[in-house]
Amino acid sequence: MQSLKAGHLDASRWERRLQKELMSLMKEPPPGVEVDGDQAEQNLSLWTVHMKGAEGTLYEGESFQLQFKFSPKYPFDSPEVTFIGSNIPVHPHVYSNGHICLSILTDDWSPALSVQSVCLSIVSMLSSCKEKKRPPDNSFYVKTCNKNPKKTKWWYHDDSV
Amino acid sequence: MDSEDETLYDEVDSGNESSGDEVDFPMEVEGNNPRERQSEDDYPFEVLSTEEIVQHMVDSIKEVNMVVEIPATTTRILLNHFRWDKEKLMERFYDGDQEQLFAEARVINPFNRNSQVINRPKPNRRQSTSGTEECEICFTVLPNSLLTGLECGHRFCMGCWCEYLTTKIMEEGVGQTIACAAHGCDILVDDASVMRLVKDSKVKLKYQHLITNSFVECNRLLRWCPSPDCNNAVRVHYVDARAVQCKCQHVFCFQCGESWHDPVKCHLLRHWIKKCDDDSETSNWIAANTKVSQYNCNRYDEEEAKVARGAQEKSRAALQRYLFYCNRYMNHMQSLKFEHKLYASVKEKMEEMQQHNMSWIEVQFLKKAVDILCQCRQTLMYTYVFAYYLRKNNQSVLFEDNQKDLESATEKLSEYLEREITSENLADIKQKVQDKYRYCESRRKVLLEHVHEGYEKDWWDYNETDSKPNAMARLPVIEHPARPNNN
Repeated sequence: MQSLKAGHLDASRWERRLQKELMSLMKEPPPGVEVDGDQAEQNLSLWTVHMKGAEGTLYEGESFQLQFKFSPKYPFDSPEVTFIGSNIPVHPHVYSNGHICLSILTDDWSPALSVQSVCLSIVSMLSSCKEKKRPPDNSFYVKTCNKNPKKTKWWYHDDSV
Repeated sequence: MDSEDETLYDEVDSGNESSGDEVDFPMEVEGNNPRERQSEDDYPFEVLSTEEIVQHMVDSIKEVNMVVEIPATTTRILLNHFRWDKEKLMERFYDGDQEQLFAEARVINPFNRNSQVINRPKPNRRQSTSGTEECEICFTVLPNSLLTGLECGHRFCMGCWCEYLTTKIMEEGVGQTIACAAHGCDILVDDASVMRLVKDSKVKLKYQHLITNSFVECNRLLRWCPSPDCNNAVRVHYVDARAVQCKCQHVFCFQCGESWHDPVKCHLLRHWIKKCDDDSETSNWIAANTKVSQYNCNRYDEEEAKVARGAQEKSRAALQRYLFYCNRYMNHMQSLKFEHKLYASVKEKMEEMQQHNMSWIEVQFLKKAVDILCQCRQTLMYTYVFAYYLRKNNQSVLFEDNQKDLESATEKLSEYLEREITSENLADIKQKVQDKYRYCESRRKVLLEHVHEGYEKDWWDYNETDSKPNAMARLPVIEHPARPNNN
């Protein structure tokens, strides 16, 4: 660690952290969550997570894909998390380009959080939704935003959904 | 004014309000106003270097700790929470609701640590019986002794703490408000812990800068010298719109941080600066277009056109008025930017003159003249801001006369300084320059004192809410050539 640039785990510790997260997510995944293990094994910095809409919620029967990108500064730097693929959940905090407005992905990120805790937060965010609709500023945001959602200065207006 | 006062005056405050040679001032009355001396001398301030700022911070903490017996690091966080207002902290500390106070300031109450740790939701410890723990950040199992944490009880390995703090400090530029690394824990990391956990001296230095900066920024009695590359701060005993001078020579207003802007008040200057920023494009457009556009009124209903024209003229008049003041303000600002060039050329002249058998002391009048020229320009510059907002009355007419006098005297002085000096005309020029700068100085004093008197006697009315001249939609068509509505 001494020889490393400031703000990084060294490569072996970064790898160990992600390997351990991957193993635990594969072995004991939260309900409705499944990580693409093969893809992650090949490239530890890019994961795809499949997510099923929980039973008894507005998203029951739907399935979604989440993409996680990890910078070399992970976990001190938060992962970049977006919905990808053909089915982007229609939700007041999810933009049609897959960007998610969730405080733990930027301002409230802590290195003690993990892929698993992010997945759980997103599942619970979807499950508590009462009306399927896009954010009010969706079309403007999608036209003008940066490709990386972490570059967006989010306004966390509403914690109830 | 006696001579003792003169010396003090010169040392404390050179370069803005006045100068030191009123002793041989030919006109006596203006130099004797006690009010101005008061405004200059009775505003004590200190210039602090970075080291002195840190010392001041340490002293403030000690002072509170003498009364409130809690760890110094906690005091620091509390003081910062109250923007380094000791009295406010003491008041809140003894008003009974300490629990809330500590929660607000994001520290664990040092008086009931143990109970509070138990009350907090126990962190998901991955502790084993063998005296080892897993760090929740790097997922490495380590001996207990290698993990550490704050009073909140969240523990991580030293390596991860170090990386975490380094990221916050270096990448995010956070110093004063780094929270515990655990999710959802808002307890702040104290300075002693940062210094203990961070190893890299560069990171430590940056942290100290951040801390010092937040100390100065949130302490109302301190202000960084706004001059670029200057690391000093000025400390006062009470906040006021007064001139303070840094050791780097820069003179600024303590209240707003702008260059010393007598006679205009801070809020008007702020309004003006914002206006200049907002309107710069509009004025450029106007300057380029006012004289050429044609207005085709055939296409409009006549009555409507009249109304439109009336509005347009009003709007244009407002703009012309603004441009009038803006141009004069900008001209002086521009001239002041070449100040250092003027000093250089005068220095050259002075050296040349010394080779023509003049003593060092005999040529000092030239530097003095440039000093006064710059002071006059600075004052004039801000008189245009003042005048822009000023509503016309008897006193404002008097003010404008004073302004006109000072303006022409200043330009004369500037001309004299540009003249070629030869050994033949030297004595003559010296006399002229000296007379002129003394006159300038006296006019400047008269102008400022008149404005100050007006502040005291409530003479000045402002039209702050001028109609904004940047209604672009109405401006592109203008019938008549520009017609300024004043002077």
